[in-house]
Amino acid sequence: MALAVDIASWLCLVAGALLCLAGGIGMIRFPDVYARSHAAGVIDTGGALFILFGLALQAGFSLVTVKLAIIGLLLFFTCPTATHALVKAALAGGLEPLCRELGTDETAELADEAQR
Amino acid sequence: MITVTNLALLAFMAITAWAIARTRNLFVATMLAGIYSLLTATVFVLLDAVDVAFTEAAVGAGITTVLFLGALLLTDRQAKPHKHRFGTHGPLLLVVLLGAALVYTTLDPLMPHFGDPDAPAQGRLAPEFLADSVRQVGRETPTATHIPNVVTTTLASYRGFDTLGEVVVIFTAGVGVLILLGGGAVRRSRRMIEHVVLRVIAKLLAPFIVLFALYVQFHGDFGPGGGFQAGVIFASAFILFALIYGVENARQIAPPAVAQAGIGLGVLLYAGTGVAGMLLGGRYLDYSVLAHDPGHGQHYGILIIEFGVGVTVAAVMITVFFTFAGRRGVLEAREDTGIPHDGDEEQ
Repeated sequence: MALAVDIASWLCLVAGALLCLAGGIGMIRFPDVYARSHAAGVIDTGGALFILFGLALQAGFSLVTVKLAIIGLLLFFTCPTATHALVKAALAGGLEPLCRELGTDETAELADEAQR
Repeated sequence: MITVTNLALLAFMAITAWAIARTRNLFVATMLAGIYSLLTATVFVLLDAVDVAFTEAAVGAGITTVLFLGALLLTDRQAKPHKHRFGTHGPLLLVVLLGAALVYTTLDPLMPHFGDPDAPAQGRLAPEFLADSVRQVGRETPTATHIPNVVTTTLASYRGFDTLGEVVVIFTAGVGVLILLGGGAVRRSRRMIEHVVLRVIAKLLAPFIVLFALYVQFHGDFGPGGGFQAGVIFASAFILFALIYGVENARQIAPPAVAQAGIGLGVLLYAGTGVAGMLLGGRYLDYSVLAHDPGHGQHYGILIIEFGVGVTVAAVMITVFFTFAGRRGVLEAREDTGIPHDGDEEQ
């Protein structure tokens, strides 16, 4: 039983670490603020919550788990809000999202599809 | 392993400091300074200095960043280009020489090496402080109630006069900001009416922030925390409210008169506890005489003066933020003269 909990805990920790790594790579590699804030959002929701859950499994039923749960709840509310505020600020600041400019051929294709 | 972590953190700190020195964009510099504080806090945690780490995270990374942003509203986002009066190489040479001199002093055979266990600070001073603090706070007297957090006993009781000095420094800062910036034109209120998500979340979080501040305040004897951290966290709830709902609404909740009274009240409570000890026959800031036995007296004394610290810190932070945020900055002055600029809605 203890081994099973340990394995589950480590799976969560590794999953969280991988999500953080993926988010970190995304923050460097993605082209604009909006895509990057998506990567940042992966870190502080997915990554952080997986790590907290893994740590809670390690701690067992104790005060530490309660504190971890409270931290998790706080992150669950604040991190998406922070990402939301950041993106909204960028949009209000006049930063255009990076969209593919549709060429004339593609516009024609889309029009064809719409007709079909 | 801990060495690797330490080296990585210190490298990050050096990079951040370099970036702060390089950038001319004050907004970026403020954010980087916040990151620097957070890294410092992590290093403090690794050094087992949890109380200091807590303070650094709350004050350095938290409230200082917000106050800097408030100050930025009053000035401009870009630093003026430097005039190189001494050339670029002069200051560099000075810094290199100074750094070399500092490194040289650590190589002095008379000085203990970094982390030397036989250094006077480790060998005599620290144990003496600990023992004296424990003795004076009365852990060894038979009836004494035990205060587990030795940082709190040292700061609030054994070195209580130093901490009084720190609170007076914060008091002076608050009064100084009020004198310098307190008057002047009040800027128009901008409420974030359209930001539904932010409004809902801020309203949801504010009570819990206050609750956490009270926990940190009154749990400081047992865990990391105390008046300084609690005051900052308490103030941050009001600052969050002011950021989202506008300064005018926040002023109704925390009227400036109340906040300004709090600045002096906390210091008065702290210093008054010392005087009360003197009137009861002890020395200044000797809490042992405050109750029927020394242990309880120390408990009461620490609780009261920590509360005083919390009141002053919270009041100063709220007042400084309101003073900064309540003034007309260059952005609005520009607006009034008709010069357009970007990003108006989010200011």
